[in-house]
Amino acid sequence: MRKNYSACMKQTALNTLHKELGGKMVEFAGYEMPVQYTEGIKSEHLWVRSHAGLFDVSHMGQAMLEGEGAIELLEKITPSPFSKTPLNKAKYTVLLNSNGGIIDDLIITKLADDKFFLVYNAGCKEKDEKFIQDNLPASLTFTPLRERSLIAIQGSKAEAILSPASTSPLVGGTEGGQEYMTIKFAGDVFISRLGYTGEDGFEISIPSEKAAEYCKELLKNPDLKPIGLGARDSLRLEMGYPLYGHDIDDNTTPLEANLQWVVAKDKRENFPTPQKMRVGIEIMDKAIAREGTKIFALDGSEIGVITSGGYSPTLEKPIAQGYVKTSFAEAGTEVEVELRGRKIKAKTHKLNFIEPRTKK
Amino acid sequence: MTNIAENLKYTKDHEWVKKDGDVATIGITDFAQNSLGDLVYVELPQIGRKVEKGEEFVVVESCKAASDVYAPLSGEVVEVNTALADSPESVNSEPYDSGWLVKLRPANSDDAEALMSAEEYKNHISE
Repeated sequence: MRKNYSACMKQTALNTLHKELGGKMVEFAGYEMPVQYTEGIKSEHLWVRSHAGLFDVSHMGQAMLEGEGAIELLEKITPSPFSKTPLNKAKYTVLLNSNGGIIDDLIITKLADDKFFLVYNAGCKEKDEKFIQDNLPASLTFTPLRERSLIAIQGSKAEAILSPASTSPLVGGTEGGQEYMTIKFAGDVFISRLGYTGEDGFEISIPSEKAAEYCKELLKNPDLKPIGLGARDSLRLEMGYPLYGHDIDDNTTPLEANLQWVVAKDKRENFPTPQKMRVGIEIMDKAIAREGTKIFALDGSEIGVITSGGYSPTLEKPIAQGYVKTSFAEAGTEVEVELRGRKIKAKTHKLNFIEPRTKK
Repeated sequence: MTNIAENLKYTKDHEWVKKDGDVATIGITDFAQNSLGDLVYVELPQIGRKVEKGEEFVVVESCKAASDVYAPLSGEVVEVNTALADSPESVNSEPYDSGWLVKLRPANSDDAEALMSAEEYKNHISE
């Protein structure tokens, strides 16, 4: 069992705070991050579903894209339309390679027709930034924001915690119901109303030197607890959201990944008809079917593989997602998974196992 | 703080063994359960299975990962903790008590003596 982690790992601005809060630190995408705090993954998960959690997602990439032709570039490197997107609207989409494979999934917020804010995965930072730079016309600038941290506040109590009525002196003056808004704190903090848990919530981009102080203030609210990457993973798995490098990668198209909704309607025909499809998998057993577990038809033929699997604290049973041949993708199809030599009954399921409670 | 029960024998892989007559009760240590985090499933061996020392004979699954538990002794499985099917979290809350895993009838009654003492195990995990 590992006890010590390499000293060469990168740290976020909240590293000291994580340790003060009892975070169990692990390596993730080159960063030393808390997988859980003292209460453990199950209770942290359930706390987010019933109250609200604070997540450090500062390891993710943040960047600003500015200049003439920003929309044209984004419509070239992603399959999504941006010209009619309302201002301050955040959009989930994917960067695509020339084969239609997913380079990364990311959030792009339109601040103006010539200004967009991008948030992308920690493990893809280098290749995303190179890909965008390589495609960048001279009229545009692409600026990674290295000195900013990113804090997610997720859960039904998130709005109350961040509202102007909150006792926290650091929060206040949110303007309107925009998905992207500037709050008065330091004049340089922006909030997007989104997240990756299925709960209502916010992501707050904040200058790193202010991040720890800000989180400490927020955590004075007893409804808010710090949540580690373990619960972040089980929360997104219950919602059927993909984890890059596991559920989607350079070789999967958005159609195979069941993300056709990010693809502009007139671009869907550009992709080959999917032979496989990402679906939820309901496991009819107590054993966990994890990444790499093979999926079989009832006649014994192999039809796919699980790409993420774990325990659902909300449903108190194992759940998974993975790819199956398209003809098996319809929800409720009976299949089997093989675990340690044992065949276990399973069923395909829609991607989400619980209904989202996000607000727009 | 990691809890190490005084009267048990230990392996470097964080199993504990308690000899009681000709039966050895086996579990994982407090250090192990704490490293694993919340347990959600325990796969136990068949009664009557003969295991060799060092063989993987139990799988403990936490929210984070599946981990093998190695047989600390050679012998025959005579009982498994069936209560863990409904409450795997007992391994977290009472690793030396209600969270036991398997009872073995050791092939060689002296094998348990060769395992680490509580003091030796304490030194092992602080290394």
